[in-house]
Amino acid sequence: MSEVPTPARAEAVLEGDCLTVTLGGAWHLTRAQPAWARVRGERRPRTVRLRAADLERWDSSLVRFVHEVERWCREAGVACATEALPDPVRRLAAQLAAARQAHVAVDHGGNVLTAIGLAATGVWRQTREFADFVGECTLSAAGAIRRPRRFRWRDCLAEMQQCGAMAVPIVGLTSFLVGLTLAYTGAIILRQFGGDIWVADIVGLSMFREMGAVMTGIVLAGRTGAAFAAELGNMKTGEEIDALETLGIPAVDFLVLPRLLALTLMMPLLAVYANCLGILGGMLVASTVLDIPASAYWVEMQTIIGLSDISAGVIKSLTFGVLVAVAGCLRGLQCERSAAGVGRAATSAVVTGILLIIVADAVFAVLFHVLGI
Amino acid sequence: MSASSIEGGRPPGSVAPAIAVDNLECRYGDVTVLRGVTFTVPEGELFFVIGGSGCGKTTLLRHLIGLARPARGAVRYFGEDFTAAGRGERRRLLRTFGVLYQSAALWSSMTVAENVALPLEQYTPLSRRERQEIVALKLAQVGLAGCEDYFPAELSGGMRKRAGLARALALDPRIVFFDEPSAGLDPVTSRQLDELILQIRGALGTTMVIVSHELASIYALADRVIMLDREAHGVVAEGRPRDLAAASPDPRVRDFLSRDGREA
Repeated sequence: MSEVPTPARAEAVLEGDCLTVTLGGAWHLTRAQPAWARVRGERRPRTVRLRAADLERWDSSLVRFVHEVERWCREAGVACATEALPDPVRRLAAQLAAARQAHVAVDHGGNVLTAIGLAATGVWRQTREFADFVGECTLSAAGAIRRPRRFRWRDCLAEMQQCGAMAVPIVGLTSFLVGLTLAYTGAIILRQFGGDIWVADIVGLSMFREMGAVMTGIVLAGRTGAAFAAELGNMKTGEEIDALETLGIPAVDFLVLPRLLALTLMMPLLAVYANCLGILGGMLVASTVLDIPASAYWVEMQTIIGLSDISAGVIKSLTFGVLVAVAGCLRGLQCERSAAGVGRAATSAVVTGILLIIVADAVFAVLFHVLGI
Repeated sequence: MSASSIEGGRPPGSVAPAIAVDNLECRYGDVTVLRGVTFTVPEGELFFVIGGSGCGKTTLLRHLIGLARPARGAVRYFGEDFTAAGRGERRRLLRTFGVLYQSAALWSSMTVAENVALPLEQYTPLSRRERQEIVALKLAQVGLAGCEDYFPAELSGGMRKRAGLARALALDPRIVFFDEPSAGLDPVTSRQLDELILQIRGALGTTMVIVSHELASIYALADRVIMLDREAHGVVAEGRPRDLAAASPDPRVRDFLSRDGREA
């Protein structure tokens, strides 16, 4: 340790056809070791004889060196004599040679066709699992309605606190800034026609019908969906979910339903709050940049916003709440039992959540158009 | 790997014990778990830390391997103070020992070979091919020859422990710590692991410190044990397990060492 060890030595002397290699000094993996190619140089002996002299501490590095010499000898058709080496070195070198033969290659890759096939069946399997899971949640919800006392209200309230109240600052900030940005963007066009006041209509309508619900959904997919997946994934890795199942408590009743209900109830409330903050953002731009008084902005906005717009936003956010919670919980329950698996589950929950929100939003756009809402 | 015990190579100047623990006090916040722990382990010994659940075995281990800082006292490896060591010194001393964790703690996103090769990549000047050879040797030593390309999730519990041991042995440490090596293993696999521990000690002369409460392993392997006790917050007995079972003045020690299984 603190003493300075003698460096590892391998000195080769050629006598006739026989190359005698003397190994000495302290051999340690973490320090520099002689390289066989350099020790040998250009010499082409018929026999290589290995011997130890003044050998101090040694470890696997010496065994590896001896193995390398033996391998070279075998490949070059040269006789190799190791009898003069300590027994443990020879034994370990033999073990290493046997281990190199024993290596079984396991192919974790695969060809393109296999990958495409696996991806296709994977999509089909995921769709089925998603449908199964939605079905299970529905049955579980029906059970909870029949026997409301067995529902985990305390867990549900704790989740509401986590995914609702705790999300107020981030949802507020993003919506306020979205409202502000919408107002600036709207003003660029409307100013050309002297219609600055319609900024109120643009901001109000887009917040209530679209941005409020979508922004809240995306923020909560990143914040809460990922948290659900990571939490359930970790529980699965630690066999906590197995422990529930063997007690006869379905994970969906115990873990998923409280989270699902909490997020479904909190999402519309947060969306309405987001609408208000977005409008405030628009109002700030209108009064400071466009010189529109707040009262005029408010009156103008009321001429275009109807109950149908507000309820359209609320219905959307209810749906987004269900989708984000289902995506998060499903990915958590599907999680592989490893640290990397938990990470992938969280990522996948966010991606699935956002994808579902965008798809659902498009479906709503078509539906509302057809229904004339 | 210390070759000195097998083929008479010269040990370095000092004859300091492999591990010397001096008046160690372990605390979590205000709670004192252990106090006044003093013992030494000579090089090449198979040393057990035993005791019932909650007596502080794992706490002691965490303090020995530097995962927790002692409130008082010192741990010395081959005469060098580990507790008071500076950053560089500490990193160097960390390489004198390997640890096999209770759950094996293999990195799940890496193959077995990559797990064993990581310490080699970090600390040795070896090329890729040379590392592969060392990995093959280590896996052969633990009886996993050929299992390089498996992921930890593809191995059984016993194989995972073996792979964890191969990783602990990667840099040929002079000391190996084991945390409950037989936890979660069936008796046959557990006995095989015990045999492997003996075999590796025989081949490499490695000092081994094993935290365990498995009587079968204690009787089969231990040269010497210390027993910790929850109420005493420290060491209540030190010696050879059979001597303690027969003649310890402390009834707790006799009781612990004489339950069924001592003949196993």
